[in-house]
Amino acid sequence: MNEIVDLSLIDWSRGQFALTALYHWLFVPLTLGITFILAIMETIYYKTGNEEWKKITKFWMKVFGINFAIGVATGIILEFQFGTNWSYYSWFVGDIFGAPLAIEGIMAFFMESTFIAVMFFGWDKVSKRFHLVSTWLTAIGANLSALWILVANAWMQNPVGTKFNPDTARNEMVNFWDVFLSPLAVNKFLHTISSGFVLAGVFIIGISAWFILKKREVIFAKKSILVAAIFGFLSSLFLVTTGDGSARLVALKQPMKLAAMEGLYTGKNGVGLVAFGIFSPTRTDPENSKLKEFIFKIEIPNVLSYMIHQDANAFVPGVKDLINGNEKEKILSSADKISRGKMAIETLRNYKNSLTEGRKDEAMQLREKFMSADFQDNYFKYFGYGFITNSSELIPSIPLVFYSFHIMVILGTWFLIFFILSIYLVLKGELTRQRLFLRIAIFTVPLVYIAQMAGWTVAEVGRQPWVVQDLLPTMAAVSKINAGAVVVTFWLFALIFTILLIAEVKIMTTQIKIGPKDGGH
Amino acid sequence: MKKIIRFYIDGFKGMTLGRTLWAIILIKLFILFFVLKLFFFPDFLKKNFNTDKERSMHVIENFTKTK
Repeated sequence: MNEIVDLSLIDWSRGQFALTALYHWLFVPLTLGITFILAIMETIYYKTGNEEWKKITKFWMKVFGINFAIGVATGIILEFQFGTNWSYYSWFVGDIFGAPLAIEGIMAFFMESTFIAVMFFGWDKVSKRFHLVSTWLTAIGANLSALWILVANAWMQNPVGTKFNPDTARNEMVNFWDVFLSPLAVNKFLHTISSGFVLAGVFIIGISAWFILKKREVIFAKKSILVAAIFGFLSSLFLVTTGDGSARLVALKQPMKLAAMEGLYTGKNGVGLVAFGIFSPTRTDPENSKLKEFIFKIEIPNVLSYMIHQDANAFVPGVKDLINGNEKEKILSSADKISRGKMAIETLRNYKNSLTEGRKDEAMQLREKFMSADFQDNYFKYFGYGFITNSSELIPSIPLVFYSFHIMVILGTWFLIFFILSIYLVLKGELTRQRLFLRIAIFTVPLVYIAQMAGWTVAEVGRQPWVVQDLLPTMAAVSKINAGAVVVTFWLFALIFTILLIAEVKIMTTQIKIGPKDGGH
Repeated sequence: MKKIIRFYIDGFKGMTLGRTLWAIILIKLFILFFVLKLFFFPDFLKKNFNTDKERSMHVIENFTKTK
C-alpha cells in the first residue's frame, strides 16, 4: 500500500490532525463540565436567594466565558483537514460524518447563541427562573453539541447502520438509529462527557484552593469546592462505570486495541489485569520486533477475563492470536483477512472495469455479487485489510497505547480519591488548615488535562492502522497532496493554537487574580 | 422583537472583558476562514474534479490500485 502515498505525507497528516484535535480538546471538556456546575450553583441561588451563590455563579460563568471564547470554532480546523488532507476518507464515509456535523452546527448555533446570551446579558433583565432555565439549556446544549461528533467518531470505531455503494465508493446510512444508538456511540458519549465533568470539578477545586492558600474569598472558595467535589465525585463514579463499558466494547469490536492497552501478546484463559508495567527499550519478542517485552509488571490475576466476560477463566486474545489466528477460539488469521480484503478490492476493480468498458451484463453480475449478504459478511467486511501488505502494520504502537491507558486509569483513580478527600475536608471544616492538600489540588489541575489527552491517545492511536475499523486504513484515507504543504500548515496550526492557549491562560489567570469582585462580563 | 434586539444591544454595550473576548473570536474566525480555508485548505476532490461521478471514479481507482 505504501506505493499509493509516501509515508512522510501520512505521518505529517496524522501529526497535524493529532495536534489540532488535542489542542481543540484542551478547551472542550471544561465547557462540558463547568456549564453543569454553573447550573447547579445557580439553582442553589434560585432556591436560597443567597447573594453569595449569585457571586459564585457569576465568577465561574466568567471563567466559562473565557474558555468558550478562546475554544469556540477551533474544531472547524479538523473539518478543513478532512477535505484537504483526508479527502478519500471524507468521500468514503459519505453522509455518516456530514449529517451529524450539520446537526451539531445548527444545534450549537441556536442553543448557544440564544441561551449563552441570556446567561451573560440577562442578569437582572430577565426573570430569575428564565435565567436559570437558560443556564441549564446552555449546559445541555453544549453537551449535545459534543454528542454528534462523538457519534461520528464511534461509527469510525464500529461502522454500523450503513452500506457501501460500489458505484459511488461512499457509505450510505441505511439506519440512522443503528448509527446513533450503537452501544459504542452511547458509551463513548457518556464516557467523554463524564470525563469533562471530572475535569471541571478538578479545575474549580484547584482554583478555589489557590484562593484559600492566598487567604482570599475563603467562603466563596469553600462553597465552590463543595459543589465541584460532589459533582466531580458522582461524575467519577459514572466515569468508572462507562470506562468499564468501554473496555468491554473495545474487547468485542477492537480486540487489537485491548491487547495493546494491556500489553497482552499471547491470549489465554484467565488473563490478569496489568496494573502497572514498564517495557524494555531493547528486548523484543522473538516473533515480532513490534512487541516489546516487559522489564517489570504488576498483574492482578484473572481480573481482565472477569472484567471483559464476567468469567474469571474466559479467554482473551492477545496480539499473536489476532495476527496468527486461533482456530480453537474461531479467530481468523490476519493473512486470511488480508486475502479476503484483496478479494473485495479485486471485485470492486473488476466491477469498475466492466462498467467503463461497457460490459453491462458482467458488471451487473459483479454488482450483485458485491452486494450479496455472503460477500458483505465474508469479504467486504475485511475490505481495509486488502490494503495491508505486512501483518505487522495491523499492530498499533503498543508502548504508547499501554502507557496512555495506564496513565489515564491511575489519574482517574486519583481524581476519585481527590474528590472524596475534598468533600471530607470541607464538611469537617479542615480544608483551610490542610495547606499541603490545597497545593496538591492546584497541582492536580494539569494532571486532569493530561488524563484527557491520554484517553484520546488510547482511543485514536489504539485503533491504528484504521480510520474506519477494518474498512479503511489510514494510508488509504490520505489525499495525494504535497507533504511540504502539510508541514507548513502543521507549524501554522501549532503557532495559532499556542497563541490561543497563551491568551487563554493569560486572560484566565488575570481574571482569577481579580477574583469574584464584580459582575462584569 | 424590539425588546430582544434592545436586550442584545444593551448586553454588547455593557461588556467589559467580553470586548476582548469578542475581538479574539473575530480575529480567530478571520484567520480560519479568510486565510487558512481560502489559501491552505482547498477541498482536494472538489478542486480536482468537476462532478461527483468523476470524484467517485477517482476514489475507486485509487482504492483499487493496490494489488
